[in-house]
Amino acid sequence: MRAERSNLGDCRLGILLLVAPALAMVLALFVYPLGMSLVSAFTAKDGKPTLENFAKAFALYGLDIVFTLVIVTVSTVLIGLLTAAIGGYLVLGAHPVAVAVLKSLYRWPLFIPFIVAAQCMRTFLAKNGIMNNTLAALGLVDVGSLSGLLDWRGIIVTFVWKETPFVALLVSGAMAALDRATIEAAANLGAGGLRILVEIILPQVAGVMLVGLVLAFVTMLSVLSVPIMISGGSPTMITVDMAFRVNSYSDYGVANALGFVSYAMAGLAAWVYLRRSVAHGSPL
Amino acid sequence: MRACLGWALRGGLLGGLAFMIFGPLANLVLWAVAIQWYFPYRLPLTWGFKYWGEVFKPTSDTVAALGTSVLIASITVVICLMLAIPAGYALGRGRLPGRRLILLILLLPQAFPNIAIYFNIARLFYAVGLNGTIAGVVLVHAVHGLVIAVWIAAAAFAAIDLELELAARNIGASSLRAALTVTLPLAMPGLIASAIFVFLESLDEFTGTFFVGVPDITTLPLVMFTASLAGNYQIAAITALVLLVPSVGFMLLIERFLKAEALAKIG
Repeated sequence: MRAERSNLGDCRLGILLLVAPALAMVLALFVYPLGMSLVSAFTAKDGKPTLENFAKAFALYGLDIVFTLVIVTVSTVLIGLLTAAIGGYLVLGAHPVAVAVLKSLYRWPLFIPFIVAAQCMRTFLAKNGIMNNTLAALGLVDVGSLSGLLDWRGIIVTFVWKETPFVALLVSGAMAALDRATIEAAANLGAGGLRILVEIILPQVAGVMLVGLVLAFVTMLSVLSVPIMISGGSPTMITVDMAFRVNSYSDYGVANALGFVSYAMAGLAAWVYLRRSVAHGSPL
Repeated sequence: MRACLGWALRGGLLGGLAFMIFGPLANLVLWAVAIQWYFPYRLPLTWGFKYWGEVFKPTSDTVAALGTSVLIASITVVICLMLAIPAGYALGRGRLPGRRLILLILLLPQAFPNIAIYFNIARLFYAVGLNGTIAGVVLVHAVHGLVIAVWIAAAAFAAIDLELELAARNIGASSLRAALTVTLPLAMPGLIASAIFVFLESLDEFTGTFFVGVPDITTLPLVMFTASLAGNYQIAAITALVLLVPSVGFMLLIERFLKAEALAKIG
């Protein structure tokens, strides 16, 4: 907010007091536990500083760490591609009926909780779920060799299903706000839809798309229910390992070391996000 | 000929998308009305609403959990709005000293994975007796919903013409009175959207409740999770449908309240 627009905020202390309760809440219930988590990751049971928690975390869960990074990265890339396709068609699509259908379709999973999405997929992707039955009915898979998709593939499908609508909503909003003149000029000069999308539209909405993808990436790194419900076995995601260390062994050291790994994975994304969002003054 | 091919392609892609979006939901509905269904049968062997009676009988876990969930979500909305309305007003309206640092702190929960935060909060709450209490779960849900609630409120306040408030002050209203009687009512649609959002986030929240609520607080998502892992897919599906209805309802309403473009204009 620029200073000249506001002469109500004369009392600076008063304005600060308005924000103080919300700020205190975030400091007490996010920043402080974050600090606790960082300290605990580097502290041994006897209170001395150590790297032992990390050694143990990598020895026991090294594969899961890689598995987590791969799943979340692949999901983010797929979400990005789908989002570009959906947003692009909504802006450039020449057939109003198809555009309207797509618009009413893609948003359905937007507010569906992860846990419900996981339960849906747990049955949809199962051996006798609708997915396999449909593929078999279309003759695309052999009934005899049917196996479910309830492993890393199922986790990716669930993540993409759940997170694409959110990013697509942000990106298509930004695309709709673009100046149509450059798009029409390019079209008049004979550029095809794909070329307009890649060379003209996407560069202009890259910032919004990046924020959407970072938020999706960070969210997926925090989800506990989906990996437990979709793929119970090993390898699994580190969220499951953290819950296991805490609930079964009260081993906060190793759990927080894994927590540190998850912050590190989010680190670059978080930095990009915070830089842009603080500058724009908006979380989206 | 080319037009036909085009429509076939569009129809195929849109049909595939519709299948991927509604297929999982359809499978959930099938389980909700199945009585017996196991591999290799493609469809339930016996159908009916037997499990609905079990889920919704007054003494069931689901009904109790629904009550707990709604209670927690309602208190969370009250607390969140009490924090978010003044903060949103300050961010949307005031000249805020240290604005960038405040923004940075308020944005942190969005930027880092929060699962490790939750079990450390649980450890903290255990020490002060907040674990397994409604208050503990409400606090965790409130901090989770707060960031977006503040921003929806800030967007609502920033969208209101400052002149209206100044006019009220010119005819003698105090700044508090102008804010409460002029600006607050105008911001109401945004604040209602914020309340619905926080309510849904709380109703759907799983991970925080999983760590902080144990062993005494059982919300709807926890009942669903337990039923699913125990293989009671019918009960899990019916509980999931109860969670699904408000989520889909809000999605269908969202265009009235929240526009991505409007959100992007804050600040």
